[in-house]
Amino acid sequence: MPTFSTKSQPVKPVNQQPSMSTSYRIPKSDLQRLIELLRCDGYTVVGPKVEDDAIVYAEIGHIDELPKGFRNSQDPGKYRVEQTGHKNLFEFNVGPHSWKQFLFPPRAMVASGTREANRWTFETPPEQQPKFAFLGVRSCELAAIAIQDRIFLQGSYVDPIYKARRESALIIAINCTVAASTCFCTSMKTGPKCRIGYDLALTELEDGFVIQSETERGRSLLTTLKPDEAIDKDLEEARILEQRAVEQISKQLDTTNIRDLLLGNLEHPRWDEVSTRCLSCTNCTMVCPTCFCSSVSEVVDLTGDSVHRQREWDSCFNLDFSYTANGIVRNDRRSRYRQWLTHKLASWYDQFDSSGCVGCGRCITWCPVGIDLTEEVAAIRQPPSSNRMLPVIALPNATCVLTKETKE
Amino acid sequence: MSVVNRASLPNQLDPWKTSTVTVNRLRAHTSGVFSIDLSFEDPDVGKQFEFVPGQFNMLYVPGVGEAAISIAGTNVSGMLQHTIRTVGAVTTAIEKGGVGMSLGLRGPFGRGWPLEPVTNSTAKVSTSTKNDHPKNGDVIIVAGGIGLAPLRSMVEHIGSRRAEYGTVSIVVGARSPGDLLYQDEYEDWRSRKMKVICTVDRASLDWKGQIGVVTLLLERLEISHPSLTTFMTCGPEVMMRYAAKSAINRGIPEAQIYVTLERNMNCAIGLCGHCQLGPNFICKDGPVFRYNSVSALLRVQEL
Repeated sequence: MPTFSTKSQPVKPVNQQPSMSTSYRIPKSDLQRLIELLRCDGYTVVGPKVEDDAIVYAEIGHIDELPKGFRNSQDPGKYRVEQTGHKNLFEFNVGPHSWKQFLFPPRAMVASGTREANRWTFETPPEQQPKFAFLGVRSCELAAIAIQDRIFLQGSYVDPIYKARRESALIIAINCTVAASTCFCTSMKTGPKCRIGYDLALTELEDGFVIQSETERGRSLLTTLKPDEAIDKDLEEARILEQRAVEQISKQLDTTNIRDLLLGNLEHPRWDEVSTRCLSCTNCTMVCPTCFCSSVSEVVDLTGDSVHRQREWDSCFNLDFSYTANGIVRNDRRSRYRQWLTHKLASWYDQFDSSGCVGCGRCITWCPVGIDLTEEVAAIRQPPSSNRMLPVIALPNATCVLTKETKE
Repeated sequence: MSVVNRASLPNQLDPWKTSTVTVNRLRAHTSGVFSIDLSFEDPDVGKQFEFVPGQFNMLYVPGVGEAAISIAGTNVSGMLQHTIRTVGAVTTAIEKGGVGMSLGLRGPFGRGWPLEPVTNSTAKVSTSTKNDHPKNGDVIIVAGGIGLAPLRSMVEHIGSRRAEYGTVSIVVGARSPGDLLYQDEYEDWRSRKMKVICTVDRASLDWKGQIGVVTLLLERLEISHPSLTTFMTCGPEVMMRYAAKSAINRGIPEAQIYVTLERNMNCAIGLCGHCQLGPNFICKDGPVFRYNSVSALLRVQEL
């Protein structure tokens, strides 16, 4: 990595209000000021943090809690973090968590009922107003949030829980400067450079951040920080680092005509083959930042007179997900994997006018047997005749199934 | 309570808002099938409740869960009626709860049957034929078993505006004569110039009607203006596929054939993902579909 000296060039002072089209620079310590400003403004600041040997998203009060010096290595079925001692706060890629858990909570009460004298009355919970500031949102994650906006806000029905959380959320994005072997955002045209959908966007330099605002809220935060305008050298350093991430991306998904490819191959033998490896464990759907399936369950008190209806994340890999009075529709893993992949990469276009995949690679990393959807699509691109049955590969490094409950 | 002449209804502000209803009457049919009449606890909510025949409600037994049940129609005093097959925990609880039971209801949801079918059709018909014919054309209804329930509100709708329709034929199939739903209403339907013909798989000694699958009846049914006929069917998927095929063979345009589909429904508003069939959310894009928009999907096993 090239090194840069800040002494050789004078820093231009800022005399006027920060503008949205201009890049600024702040010292790393200003991130602490930003966190404090947001907390004073009533935001719960959520950012990356090392917990249980993974980089997760949790409430952050101080920049010391960020994963300074951490890197991660990711491969199909494998995720490791290590402390390497570098000075950067964001030099890693997405982990098992996504911002989905804050906007579309894993558990949320949608309604409640009370029984008095054998009569039920029902209520929907008052609109909650949690106020989140997300610190360190990657470009692929901005795309994932935009996709969930289409699902929960822009259809014929609006989800009141998502709406309340989304409207108040403030987004501070971070441009990736490294890529994992599972990343393929360049194929999905979702990154790694953050272009839209944030309030503030950062690029982490060796001794500071280049910062830009895209919204009025972002601009007003910048005004308070009184940043210097970024000089050419800062911008060049940022550009080189962002380009490094692009160059590190090795995985590709050929999206040419992908909708028709998949929907035209619903009986391809590859579905049988992948079903011999898929465990139907639901990990891919739990870590996916766009998967939105849920089920409502009943939470009843001991008297039976008070009941809460709790919506929980569900998965199309669960057997009872497709239960009807006439039986279960998707009885085997073949049909459940096919449903997941064709929904994500094909019928999503019909439903929401975009792909359901943002190329974050989480489903590849967190699949306990390392199924890689880009390989599955490539196999379906082959004519069925040349598609030999592959042996089941046991991965020696396969990490454990993600069982840790995601926190709200 | 009223039936509206619209293909779909506007958004509800909060889709989780649940109204309290009471079971006022429970009528047992056969083989674990029963009908209930529901009254709204808040009469204003009841007055504002509008539905399109073919839409469904989510009936809620607190502590047990919700089930999607199609609207079977309204009774003489305007109470909402549902016909239910006892299969799961929710439907069993409703049957056991019986008259006086307090329930929750969300709805109505989904797209119903076409209400001005032929005027919307793209079929090429000579203008003179179209002008001479009642504006909603001819209708053939084919029901298998409990599949008659979501079609009954359509029959009621047609009966209430009979002059707008031409020939109306209702073909009902069931396993045995005792399984024919709403038998006591067939005479009323006939008196309103709707032809009702029944067929059963297994006849009893006193059965004087037809025996065999509904497609056998369809093949013999007189269809004088196929291009002006709307075909609506509900029943097991395999029955609907053969019935639709038979209708196509008789010259009914594919775009005028409608089916209603069943999948697991949890939220009823297209947000939970359960009811997908290819690109469709059955709950909001259906449950009633033009057959040609889903026929290819129905041929794929376990889709």
